[in-house]
Amino acid sequence: MVDVVGANGWLAHFPGAGPLWLSVRLAGVTTLILIVFGTPLAWWLSRTRGFWRVPVEAIVAMPIVLPPTVMGFYLLILLGPAGPLGRFWVSLTGDSLSFSFSGLVIASCAYSLPFVVQPLQNAFHSVSEAGMESAATLGASPLDVFFSIVVPQSMRGYLTAAVMGFAHTLGEFGVVLMVGGNIPGETRVISIAIYDHVESLNYDKAHVLSVILLVFAFLALLLLYFVNRPRHRA
Amino acid sequence: MDRGDFRLRADFDLPAQGITGLFGVSGAGKTTVLRCLAGLERGAKGRIEVARDIWQDSSTRVFVPPHRREVGYVFQHTQLFRHLDVAANIDYGLRRARRPPKLTRGQVCDLLDIDRLSRRRTDQLSGGERQRVAIARAVLRSPRLLLMDEPLASLDHDSRRQILPFLNRLHAELAMPILYVSHSVDEVTHLCDHLIVMRAGAITESGEIGQLLNNPAIFDDADTGVFIEARVTGHDAINQVTRLRFDGGELILPGHPPANRGRVRVRILARDVSVSVDTPGPSSILNQISAIIGSVADNGGPHVQVELIAGSSRLIARISRLSFNKLVLSKGQAVTAQVKGVAVKPSGQYRETL
Repeated sequence: MVDVVGANGWLAHFPGAGPLWLSVRLAGVTTLILIVFGTPLAWWLSRTRGFWRVPVEAIVAMPIVLPPTVMGFYLLILLGPAGPLGRFWVSLTGDSLSFSFSGLVIASCAYSLPFVVQPLQNAFHSVSEAGMESAATLGASPLDVFFSIVVPQSMRGYLTAAVMGFAHTLGEFGVVLMVGGNIPGETRVISIAIYDHVESLNYDKAHVLSVILLVFAFLALLLLYFVNRPRHRA
Repeated sequence: MDRGDFRLRADFDLPAQGITGLFGVSGAGKTTVLRCLAGLERGAKGRIEVARDIWQDSSTRVFVPPHRREVGYVFQHTQLFRHLDVAANIDYGLRRARRPPKLTRGQVCDLLDIDRLSRRRTDQLSGGERQRVAIARAVLRSPRLLLMDEPLASLDHDSRRQILPFLNRLHAELAMPILYVSHSVDEVTHLCDHLIVMRAGAITESGEIGQLLNNPAIFDDADTGVFIEARVTGHDAINQVTRLRFDGGELILPGHPPANRGRVRVRILARDVSVSVDTPGPSSILNQISAIIGSVADNGGPHVQVELIAGSSRLIARISRLSFNKLVLSKGQAVTAQVKGVAVKPSGQYRETL
């Protein structure tokens, strides 16, 4: 990893650079993982008529309504050294998942899942079956059809998924606090840092970080609404 | 093939050459037949064999998926890919073709006159242009069988007339069987060599088009007519008419002669033929053919269909019951047939005259 915030990094003299960079890394990695694994899930949800679609849709949407503390609590149990996933991770790497960056990534993937899967599912849903059939009759295998027709026609969905997934992970607080704690450079993300600054009445520093998140959130949404604005067809 | 309460049963052989029309009213199952051939209906049961390759055989559980069937499919609503421009749409099938196409990309684009469109986006095309791009795309995939599902149905009259000559030319250049779905008598008479007639999910008739088109049972009253082989004999440049000779008389059409001076197919609708008992005087109707009354078809309606024999050819006249009774027509009687409309299908060109 490029050293951005260390002694010689270009962000070294900016207060709050550590938590900010950690958050960006966490959001980036999480978004990438969710795009890769969310694509087949969203595709299946958009095409299946089977019994399992509705229960799976409900499970995917859970993080939207569930209090982050509740999610964080169960994730903590799952990821902790005594939990099923945590124990497996310890036997594999010797490290604990809880209170680590890797644990945060897993927790964020669970927490931001609907924000990536739902836009993708909607985008896939609007790709016409007839267009895919037409590609098949032109000699494209199903996988070929997916990458040459479905993905390019779902580009707005991918952009929405990426922006929403990234922005949502960037602002995550409750789940991080439950699963990751507050370890500088490891789990002390930007929202936790803001909370700390406010707790210690350090409002100036809280302002700087808050404004960054505020501006970013606005720009992200501005981009989304611009890309997805209704267009007049020629 | 079963779907809800609709059952499709089709068993036919497709000639390896020429255009075969799949004709019938909406809902007869024409599109489903095409979809089964292309492998788009997984649930269909049966056997499909193309030039000794088996594409599907339910009894041995063979099902070749659509992308390995080498069909060219022109959809009714074109299904151009909106994220690609015209050139990329055309190249989509070409890049995935297993062997070089019979006509090069340049030749096909030239033939269909779509060269100048290649950088356009698909939503900037007119209906006729979209259809021509879709045809080019399907043809360049170098299929062994070209399936066309009412490619002209969604077009207005002018675009239709614009595309028909392209289709005819394309067909002349491609030695490839074409299955052409249509519910329009006009289209099938102008394009097709063979005809398969479908009704309610079953094939009711099939054969060479000249025979089938003269079978009044197939068509609605308004479309009843005959199909006559004729030969271009001359052109009168001053009066701008073309003379055709057929076994039974001569036909005169306004306009230029078809490009080739050989044989042409002429379609004469029953509603365009009237009957006169004595030789009529000067008239604006150009075509007056001496004939003898053959059979009379009377279904009890306000119109009667009279078969007219001229030489070895036959015409059908659709006349009102009142005229029929007034003229006291009977079998064997010598009459004059007056023809006010003729449609011509020369091979390689399309022209319609009135």
